[in-house]
Amino acid sequence: MVQLKVNKQTASPLAPFKSNQESTENKIVYDTRQLNLWYGNHHALKNIDLAIKENEVTAIIGPSGCGKSTYIKTLNRMVELVPSVKTSGQIIYRDRNILDASYGVEELRTKVGMVFQKPNPFPKSIYDNIAYGPRIHGIKNKKILDGIVEQSLRGAAIWDEVKDRLNENAYSLSGGQQQRICIARALAIEPDVILMDEPTSALDPISTLKVEELVQELKQNYSIIIVTHNMQQAARISDRTAFFLNGEVVEYDKTDTIFSTPSDKRTEDYISGRFG
Amino acid sequence: MKYVDHASVVKRMGSRMIVNKIFKALFFLATLFALLALGLLFYRIFIQGIGYLSLDFFSNFGSRFPEKAGIKAALIGSLWMMAVVAPVSLILGVGSAIYLEEYAKKGKINDFIRMNISNLAGVPSVVFGLLGLTIFVRALALGNSILAAGFTMSLLILPVIIVSSQEAIRAVPKDLREASYGMGATKWQTIARVVLPSAIPGILTGGILALSRAIGETAPLVVIGIPVIIQFLPENLLSQFTAMPMQIFDWAKRPQEAFQSVAAAGIIVLMMFLLLMNSIAVFIRNKFQRRY
Ligand SMILES: Nc1ncnc2c1ncn2[C@@H]1O[C@H](COP(=O)(O)OP(=O)(O)O)[C@@H](O)[C@H]1O
Ligand SMILES: [Mg+2]
Repeated sequence: MVQLKVNKQTASPLAPFKSNQESTENKIVYDTRQLNLWYGNHHALKNIDLAIKENEVTAIIGPSGCGKSTYIKTLNRMVELVPSVKTSGQIIYRDRNILDASYGVEELRTKVGMVFQKPNPFPKSIYDNIAYGPRIHGIKNKKILDGIVEQSLRGAAIWDEVKDRLNENAYSLSGGQQQRICIARALAIEPDVILMDEPTSALDPISTLKVEELVQELKQNYSIIIVTHNMQQAARISDRTAFFLNGEVVEYDKTDTIFSTPSDKRTEDYISGRFG
Repeated sequence: MKYVDHASVVKRMGSRMIVNKIFKALFFLATLFALLALGLLFYRIFIQGIGYLSLDFFSNFGSRFPEKAGIKAALIGSLWMMAVVAPVSLILGVGSAIYLEEYAKKGKINDFIRMNISNLAGVPSVVFGLLGLTIFVRALALGNSILAAGFTMSLLILPVIIVSSQEAIRAVPKDLREASYGMGATKWQTIARVVLPSAIPGILTGGILALSRAIGETAPLVVIGIPVIIQFLPENLLSQFTAMPMQIFDWAKRPQEAFQSVAAAGIIVLMMFLLLMNSIAVFIRNKFQRRY
């Protein structure tokens, strides 16, 4: 089992994050090559090339409908739940092309966890929510499950708030707590990568802050790809940022660079709030 | 330039209000009519049948003499039939609903199947009786047994169960399925652990209402030749039996005046039964209804 080594000292969420891995370049975890995706006839992703680094937070920004969710859902092949989807190109994850028909989606999704836009806990107890993933992968031992539940809830910085009410329905929690339960639930399968699709867009500012702090802590152990329509958030928490527009990647670079000296005029217009 | 002449608007206000009241009264009368008819029906049956509703009525078999006639064979027979109908129709119905909603490719064929199932729900019950007579009674040589009647009734209510189960399954939010798939669950794990637990209250509510229809249906039983004068209780699923609606039908068509009252007593028992089942359905719906 992987240990969750949670960094106790909390990074200030408001200060722009400075990458602490400047010197040693991190390995690539996801290498997207010439990815195209169609919903029926609608060409939603066009020739995407993106190399996403390990143990970093990669932000995906762009206006509504530009393909951010589509892209992130391609990374765990959830996009295939839409029957009309067709893809071409490659996404190399840990040396294998996940778009290969022979790559089992169940296997992929145990290594790549996902947190959705709207908190979506199951209508079950907090405990059963967290234990869901381990249980479907065959873990039945109560002691081990107890350990996973505690470790995951601690990892999502919500253990202290819920440790006395693990048997309560997850729906009794606030929206922000529910979202952190969903993050804990994703941690419980001990993934390698965590995908987050606008995880704070349904949350109040304080809960948003908590999730942002959490993302900072989690990147010690996970690679995180986060979609956000909030540019300040991308600036605060990410190491690298990709700007999507109309299904294309306009610019992809270190977050500092994107927000200080973007090389494309469209990026500059977008981050200065001229459209979107 | 003013388009609205307020003086004439005010002048016309009175007649508009009158029309408004007339329609309100019309709709109220329509409701009242239905309620009155129902009340009258209950009242008449109750007054007529209550005198025959005694413990003996429950412990006696059918008889030529109204004072001795009882509903025992029919009541027990109906229960036996339900013991066939409930598992057969629920397993087949929920199974088909899961297939159509979760596995079958969405498209023209699926729509076509769905439309036909809805149409089947509207086919007269006598037709299902004929189907049962041909297949179960004759071809499979089950005779007019509990099994044959149970299968026939299952066919009759299957479309309703499929449609209501499909609706219950469809009402499970997409988010929950995504959460499950997102953690690497297989389709079956997602169905068994997320979809069905959320859909079961809806499935059971629809199922029980469908079962209560099966308990009251008469026509299919007449067509497959269920007897009425039965002086013994069924021993197994291949036994002959009689059911409550058959028994009531038989009493009601006898010439003696007293049997009309016996029939009324039978109807009271049947209605109690239906009321009980519907209350269970309402209870389940209220108790397990989920908020998402
Ligand atoms: N299930 C779908 N079927 C057809 N088109 C879709 C579907 N989901 C998204 N799209 C289209 O794909 C494009 C990208 O959508 P999406 O990835 O959701 O954008 P974003 O997350 O950036 O707002 C949009 O034009 C949208 O209309
Ligand atoms: Mg989106």
